Formats: sequence, structure tokens, C-alpha cells
Amino acid sequence: MTLLIGSLTMGLILALLAFGVLISFRILAFRDLTADGSLTLGGSVAAALLVSGWNPWAATFVAVLSGALAGATTGVLAMKCKINGLLAGILVMTALYSVNLRVMGKSNVPLMESRTILSSAEQLADASTHWRIWIGLWPGQFGYEDVFLPLALDHDMSVIGLVLLMIAAVGVGMVAFFRTNLGLAMRATGDNPDMIRALGVDVDWMTTLGLAIANGLTAFAGALLVQYQGFADVQMGIGMVVLGFASVIIGETLVGSRIVGFLICGAVMGSVLFRLLVAIALRWGLNPNDLKLVTAVFVLAALVTPDLWKAARKQLSPAR
Amino acid sequence: MLELNQLTKTFHPGTPNEVRALRGVNLTIEDGSFVVVIGTNGSGKSTLLNAVAGSFFVDTGSIRLRGEDVTRWPEHRRAKFIGRVFQNPFTGTAPHLSIAENLALAAKRGRARGCGWALNSSLSSDLRERVRQMGLGMEDRLSNAIGSLSGGQRQSLTLLMAGLIKPDLLLLDEHTAALDPKSADQVIRLTDDMIRRDKLTTMMVTHSMHQAAYLGDRLIMMVRGQVIHDFRGTEKQRLTPEALLARFEEVRRLEQLDEAAAEQLRRQYV
Ligand SMILES: Nc1ncnc2c1ncn2[C@@H]1O[C@H](COP(=O)(O)OP(=O)(O)OP(=O)(O)O)[C@@H](O)[C@H]1O
Ligand SMILES: [Mg+2]
Repeated sequence: MTLLIGSLTMGLILALLAFGVLISFRILAFRDLTADGSLTLGGSVAAALLVSGWNPWAATFVAVLSGALAGATTGVLAMKCKINGLLAGILVMTALYSVNLRVMGKSNVPLMESRTILSSAEQLADASTHWRIWIGLWPGQFGYEDVFLPLALDHDMSVIGLVLLMIAAVGVGMVAFFRTNLGLAMRATGDNPDMIRALGVDVDWMTTLGLAIANGLTAFAGALLVQYQGFADVQMGIGMVVLGFASVIIGETLVGSRIVGFLICGAVMGSVLFRLLVAIALRWGLNPNDLKLVTAVFVLAALVTPDLWKAARKQLSPAR
Repeated sequence: MLELNQLTKTFHPGTPNEVRALRGVNLTIEDGSFVVVIGTNGSGKSTLLNAVAGSFFVDTGSIRLRGEDVTRWPEHRRAKFIGRVFQNPFTGTAPHLSIAENLALAAKRGRARGCGWALNSSLSSDLRERVRQMGLGMEDRLSNAIGSLSGGQRQSLTLLMAGLIKPDLLLLDEHTAALDPKSADQVIRLTDDMIRRDKLTTMMVTHSMHQAAYLGDRLIMMVRGQVIHDFRGTEKQRLTPEALLARFEEVRRLEQLDEAAAEQLRRQYV
């Protein structure tokens, strides 16, 4: 049960990363590798601020902004300095490694007793119980309370509830954004830059904005991850792009549609499903050290299978 | 009004691949005039249109549009005044977006794009009406991805998009060349209708002597990066496809192009 809830929560938190990858890889068609660095950046900024006693919401907000700044840097390098997009991402990611060490001052920062967004969720749950008791509904009064109250009070459940709420809010926000004039222009930028340029959109700026949003979301994932697991580590971002990409691919397969709303739901489902699969695999004795290899092979398989499939069908279909 | 003054453009200067694509083009196009542009392959027609649209900056010379000097304006800024249809039907539309979404993007050409809904209901019904007026029966398929349409349908929609907000200048670069004859006729008819109805100032490149002779009120012929003929008024009205071919022959003699190039001309235009 705790394993299940644990991987659910992780899956939901990493759905933010999947959102970021979805925006850069799928919507902007920009192969952005910044995420490995910007996830850690979000985590280290959040950790540094929390340890120094910042309000957790403010700390998380600043973490998101820092990620957006990293994404914008990649955007400017790629679009204005005309550096290959992959390379621009790698450059920023590499630079961020040092930045992250600077921000944290060391390679690992435990949060200790610092207040976090997630611990405030617990307080919220507590408060609601107090409130219910205060207005005269006490545990056991209606029978079902005996079943639900332990859950409501449970730390894990309140955390997952809050994370779910945040993911839902971000998801709805994204769906809404991509229906606005600005968001639609961003989708067109990825789909056909020549066309949207001829319609008056500054493709460089639009791509940079998109990368800022994508990496802001990725940093958000990093900030939540740190608050969930109770520490930040300079290595925490390694392989995150591939992980996010795996979630996006699983999601696309699950929903089978390119409509943005579906893709976003798919990314959440993909992220959660991937976490569950990982948990099960670990249970069955997968060596955690092999996890990234397995993930990479999985993504590779997902990328080449459709082509192999097509080729195979061509081979099998009778020659005309 | 569009005023081009001594435009030059050289690609890959100083290398063995150097191409002097524009060699001093002077041209003034009055408001409401429909100019057909013809010329041999590689004579610089597309380069001229791209220079006007801002796909790249010219080396020397100036471009004035509506009295404003736009020579150093980036392409997306000039888009406020310019509507374009490209030769390739895939260039003008975003394939994974729906017809309605593509049109909604065009409805904001050159305007600020904020956080208002892209497809509100009044715009949607407006767009549906515009599509209905084209008479291609696409008005009930507005939510389909535009990539699922044929080249001719996409090109018709690109044309509609280019004229959705009345442009100060419409640039058409062989926009029917990639289509089958039937679709090409249809798109040309739509083009002519739209230009006449909205009195659009237009530059249209074509390889069809038929289109060149019977469309537009002015015709320029380009050779080697220069405008060498400029027919207007009754002179333009009297032009026939045969007369235009004869002009090409004359160009051949005057410019003493080699025989191979002439053969290519013949293959292409006869
Ligand atoms: N972006 C570019 N880079 C390098 N050379 C170019 C570029 N665009 C055009 N050219 C060269 O400039 C010359 C003029 O090309 P342009 O496309 O303007 O000719 P055109 O008149 O449109 O010919 P066509 O009838 O084949 O379309 C050609 O020699 C072409 O190879
Ligand atoms: Mg051309």
C-alpha cells in the first residue's frame, strides 16, 4: 500500500517533468536537454531557500522562475546565437551542474525539519479535522468517519491529494493556455515555423518563451521532488529528459491522439504508469542501478518499434 | 504602394557558389495593381518576393511599403502588411492544427497575440462563413486537421488565410505549380476573385504563359536578376501566350543564352 501510494505520488510529481518534455519535444518540436539541469536547479533552489527558512510556497515559486530562466537561456543560445538546439541544451545543462553546487553549497542538502509545501498539506488535513470536530462532527459519529478519517489524517494521503490538486491545476492551465491566441501561436511555431513567421510571429521569441515554460515546469517537478523526499542532491536530474520522454511516449500510446488536452492527460497517466512499472520491477528484483539502462532501452524500443512495424508490414504485404 | 529601389542580393558571396540573384531591381507598384512576374529559371523571381517579404535582408537598396522604409524589418514584422502563399502547399499551413485553428492564426496576422481565446464563437462563425463563400464544401470540416486535406484544398485555404485580414501586399510565388490542373484552375479562379473583390495589391510569380497573359493588369519579365520588360495598361491587355513566348525567344537572342538554356525554356513553356 505505501509502495503504491509512494509511486503514485512520485508519478504525479514527475508528471510536471513530462509536461515540460511534452512542451519542448512535442509542441515546440525542440529537442531540449536542459531538463536534466533545470530539474536539479528547481530542487536545489527550493532546498537552499527552505533550509534558510523561506515560506515553502515562495521558495517553490522562485525555483520555478529559476527553471524558466534556464530554459530561456537555452532558447536564446539556440535561436539568437544560432547554436544547434541539442548542443544549446547540453551547454546549459552542463553549466547548471556548477550553478546547482553553488546554490546548495554542497552536493547534498537535507531539508531536516524545514517546513515544506507537503508538510503544510498535512497541517491542512489536521486543521480540517479540528474544524469538523469544532462544528460538532466528531470521528465515529456517522460510522463512515471511522473508515475515512484515518485516511484523511494520513500523511501520505494528504500529500498525494495536494500533489494531485496541483497537477490538475497545472494541466487545466496548460489546456487553457494552448487555446489562447498566444498558446495557439506557440503550437503553430512547433508545427510550421515558416507559416507562423509569415503570419507575424517572432519564432525565436516564441520558442524561447516555450522553453522557459517547459523548464519552469521541470523545475517545479524538481522543487516538489525535493520536498517529497526530504533532500536535494546535485545528481538528482541525471536521466530526467529520457524519463520524461518515456512518460510522454507511454501517454501518447495510451490516449492515441494528438489533441493537446489528451496529450496532457496522457503525460500524467504515462508518468504514473511508468512509476508503477518501476516499482513492480524493483519489487521483482530489478537492480536499481540498472534502472536508467532499462529506461533508455524502453525509450529506444518505443522510438524504433513503429518504424520496424511499418517495415515488417511492407515486407509482408504482397508486392504490387 | 511598394517601392523597390536598386535591390541587390548575392548568395554565398566570395565563394565558388556565388550567385548574384538580384542585380539592381527597381520597381514601383501602385495600390490595387496586380502584377504578374515571369522569367527564366533562376532569374530571381522567388528571391525578389522573398526580399520583399523579408525572408532575408537585401545587400543594398531599399524597400518601402506604404511609405515606410521596411528594408531592415524582420519578416515577422513585415507580416503585418503582407499576405503570402507559397509554391509548396505544405509551407502555408500548420498540418496538425485544425482548419479553424489555422484560420484563427491568420485572423491575427501581424497583431498582438494575447491570452484571449483563439477561437471564440463569433470568430468561429465568421470563419465558417468565409470558408462557405469559397464554395469548396469545407465549412463543415473546420475541426479536421488541415494536414488531412489535399494540396489544392490546402492551397485554397492558405489563400483565404493570406487575405483574411486585407493585406497591403499579396505575394504569390507559383502557388499553383505543385497542383494538378483542375485544382490549379480552381485556386487561380479563387485568387482572381479575391484580388478583384478586395482590390488587393498583388505580385504573382507564374510559369504559366496562359495565367501570365490573362491575369493581372501589369506584367514584368525578369532575366538574370533584373526586370527587363514591363508591360502595363492596354499593352498588357493585348499580350497573348504566344507573344510572351516570342519575348522569351527575343530574350534568348539578346542575352545570347546558350542553346541548352533555350532548350530548357522550350521544354518548360511550350
Ligand atoms: N537561399 C538561397 N541560397 C543560395 N542561393 C539561392 C537561394 N535562393 C536562391 N538562390 C539562387 O539564386 C538564383 C535565383 O533563384 P530564384 O529562386 O530567385 O529563381 P526563380 O526565378 O524563382 O527560379 P524558378 O523559376 O526556378 O523558381 C538561383 O541561382 C538560385 O540558385
Ligand atoms: Mg522560384
